Amino acid sequence: MEVVTTTNGMELVYQKPSTLTDTPFHYCPGCGHGVVHKLLMEVVEEMGIQEQTIGIAPVGCSVFAYNYMNVDMQEAAHGRAAAVATGVKRVFPDKYVFSYQGDGDLAAIGTGETIHTANRGENILVVFINNAIYGMTGGQMAPTTLLGMVTSTTPFGRQQAVMGFPLKITDLIAQLPGAYYVTRQAVHTTNAVRKTKKALRLALEYQPRKKGICFVEVVSNCPSGWKMTPVEANAWMEKNMFPMYPLGDLKVPQ
Amino acid sequence: MNQKKEPPRLMKGNEALAEAALRAGLQAYFGYPITPQSEILEYLTEHGAKRGAVVLQAESELAAINMVYGAAGAGARAMTSSSSPGISLMQEGLSYMTSAQLPCLVVNVSRGGPGLGTIQPAQSDYFQATKGGGHGDYHLIVLAPSSVQEMADFVFDAFRLSEKYRNPAMILADGALGQMMEKVSLPAEGSLPPGDKPWATVGKPASRERNIITSLFIEPERMEEVNLHLQKKYHEIQQEVRYEEIETNDAEILLVAFGLAARIAQKAVELAREKGIKAGLLRPITLYPFPSQIISSLSRKVISFLVVEMNAGQMVEDVRLAVAGGRPVAFKGRMGGMIPSPEEVLEEIESIAESYRIPAV
Amino acid sequence: MIRGTIAVAEELCKGCELCIGSCPQESIGLSEKINIKGYRFVMLVQENCTGCTNCALVCPEAAITVYRQKKTPVKREPALAEA
Repeated sequence: MEVVTTTNGMELVYQKPSTLTDTPFHYCPGCGHGVVHKLLMEVVEEMGIQEQTIGIAPVGCSVFAYNYMNVDMQEAAHGRAAAVATGVKRVFPDKYVFSYQGDGDLAAIGTGETIHTANRGENILVVFINNAIYGMTGGQMAPTTLLGMVTSTTPFGRQQAVMGFPLKITDLIAQLPGAYYVTRQAVHTTNAVRKTKKALRLALEYQPRKKGICFVEVVSNCPSGWKMTPVEANAWMEKNMFPMYPLGDLKVPQ
Repeated sequence: MNQKKEPPRLMKGNEALAEAALRAGLQAYFGYPITPQSEILEYLTEHGAKRGAVVLQAESELAAINMVYGAAGAGARAMTSSSSPGISLMQEGLSYMTSAQLPCLVVNVSRGGPGLGTIQPAQSDYFQATKGGGHGDYHLIVLAPSSVQEMADFVFDAFRLSEKYRNPAMILADGALGQMMEKVSLPAEGSLPPGDKPWATVGKPASRERNIITSLFIEPERMEEVNLHLQKKYHEIQQEVRYEEIETNDAEILLVAFGLAARIAQKAVELAREKGIKAGLLRPITLYPFPSQIISSLSRKVISFLVVEMNAGQMVEDVRLAVAGGRPVAFKGRMGGMIPSPEEVLEEIESIAESYRIPAV
Repeated sequence: MIRGTIAVAEELCKGCELCIGSCPQESIGLSEKINIKGYRFVMLVQENCTGCTNCALVCPEAAITVYRQKKTPVKREPALAEA
C-alpha cells in the first residue's frame, strides 16, 4: 500500500485492493461474499501473484465473481468448478488456481467433483462459502441448511425425515489424504476477518508445495435468504450455524 | 489435410486415433472408461505423459468434459472420448463450450441405445451429434470416419477446424471402427502446430485486461449478439463440408450412408452394379456441415435415393430436406447394434429398381 | 490518543450497518441522506476515530478507506515508560 498522506497529515492505512475491479458488488447488503472477495484479492495483491492466478467462478450468487476479481477467470457450469479448476491446474501446474464456490455448487450438484478433486490432492485452493441456502435463486434449501431452518423449499423448516441431515462436507474433505490444509472460518467480526485472510494467505502460500488441496470454508450469512438484517443475520449465524459448523482448522500440514 | 505419412501398420481404430492425437499435438486429455472406447483412455495414460500431454481419468464423463473446458479455456489443445451414454453426460458441457467459444475434440465411439443399450456399434447418436444434444442454438463440427485410416486422419482435421472456428468438434465413430484393426499410415508428428490463443486464461499480465471464459450473458441483448456471432460462424463452417462420391455420375439409385454403414452400402453398390443396376453412393464425411448441396444437385439425375443407417432413420431426414421432395428417399436401417449386411441392402436396391421397372442393362 | 479518519465511498455503501457495530469508538452512523441506489450510507458521526481499520475489515463492499495520524517520533523517557 503506497503511503498517501491526506491533507491533514494522516497516513493511508487501509484501502480497497487493486486486484478488485471498480465494478460495484451486486451482493445483497451485508453479504459475506463481498468480504471474502475482498480478502482473497487482498492476498493475491500482497503475494504479488495476480499475473499467475486463474480463478474459477461457480454458478450461484458469486456467478459474477469474474466481474470483481481482476485476474484471469473462467465460469464453470453449476457444480463443476472443481473439475474446471483441475483442467486449468493440470495445464499450468505452477500457476495459482482457485475455485470459489457456494454450498449448493460445491456440496449438492458438485459433490462428486468436490470429493474427487480433493481425493486426487489437486493442488488448488477451494474457497467454499457456506450460508446454508441457495441465495441466487431466491432462498431455497441447500445441503448445509440446518434442521428446522425455514427456506423457500422447507417452508415448515428442514425435516430430517424428509430432507435428511445438514451435510458437513468440509469434515468429509478433511478425512481425505489428498487434503493438505482444511479450515473453517467466518467473516462476521474483525477478528474472524483477520483469521480468514490469514487462512486464505496460508492456503495460497501452500499451493506451490504441491502437497494437496487447500480447502477454506467460510461460514457466511444470507440476510435476504434468512430474511434478517445483516446485523441480526450475523448474530443468528453465531447462535445457530457455528454449533453445526464450528470454526477452526480441521486439518493442518504436519 | 495431406500430411506426410509413414508406411502403413496394423492398428486398432481406437489406438490409431489416440496415437494420431498425440501426433497432432494433444496437450490435455480427460476421459472415463466405457466400452467400446476405453482403449483411447488406456493408450493415452500409457503414452501421453512422455509425449507432453497431461492425461487424467476423471470420476465421470461429466467431470471429464468440464476438465476439458478448463484446459481448453487455459489454451491447451484438449480432448475427451467416450461412447453414447457418456457422451450424453457431456452435452451440457458441450453447450457451455460453444457459447464460451472453446475449441476441443470430443470422440464418440457410439454404441447401441437408447439407455444402457449394448456395446455393439450403432449410429443412433446422429441427431444428438448434429442437431445439438445440449441446450441452446449450437452445433458441433462433426466428422464421420469410416476406416481406421480416417480415425487417425480426422483427429488432425477436428483439432484444426475446432481451433479455426473456436468451436468443439466431434468425431462420430462407432464400436466397430474403434475395435477393428486395419492398415493405417499415421500422419507425421508436429504437422499441426499449436495456434495462438490470446483469449486463454493464462494469468493476467499487467499489459492486458483479464481474460474471462464464460458462457453467461445475462443481458438478452448481449446473449443475442453471442448467438448472432455463433450463427455467422456456423454459416462460415458450411465451406468445410466434405463428402465422397462413389459411382455417382451415372447412378440411378443413389445410396447415402456414412461411417460403417457407408462401407456396407459401397459393397451393395458393387453387387448391384454386377447385376446391371446403376447404383452409386454419396458418403457424407462431415455430418455437420451436412452435404445438402451435392445431394440436391445429384437428385436431379437420380431416380431414387436409398439412405442406409444403423439407427431408426435420422440422417434420412436431412437427405429428405436436401432433396426437398424432388425424388423419393427410401430408408434401410438396422437398430440396437445390429449391422445390416450388403445383401440386405442389395435387396432394397433391387426392390426399388423393380418398382420403377428400371431395365437391368 | 491516535487520531484517524475514514473515507466512505457513499455510492458503494448499502447501509448494512456492519461497520457501525464493529467500531470501538462508535464513530460511525447512518447518514440522513441516501445514495443513488436508495441506501442510507454510513459516515463519521463523531470525531473520535482512531483509524483502527475495523470498519474497513468487515465492510462487504470494500467501500471504506482508512487514514491514521503518522506516529511522530517523540523524545521518550527511558524505555520503561513504553506501554
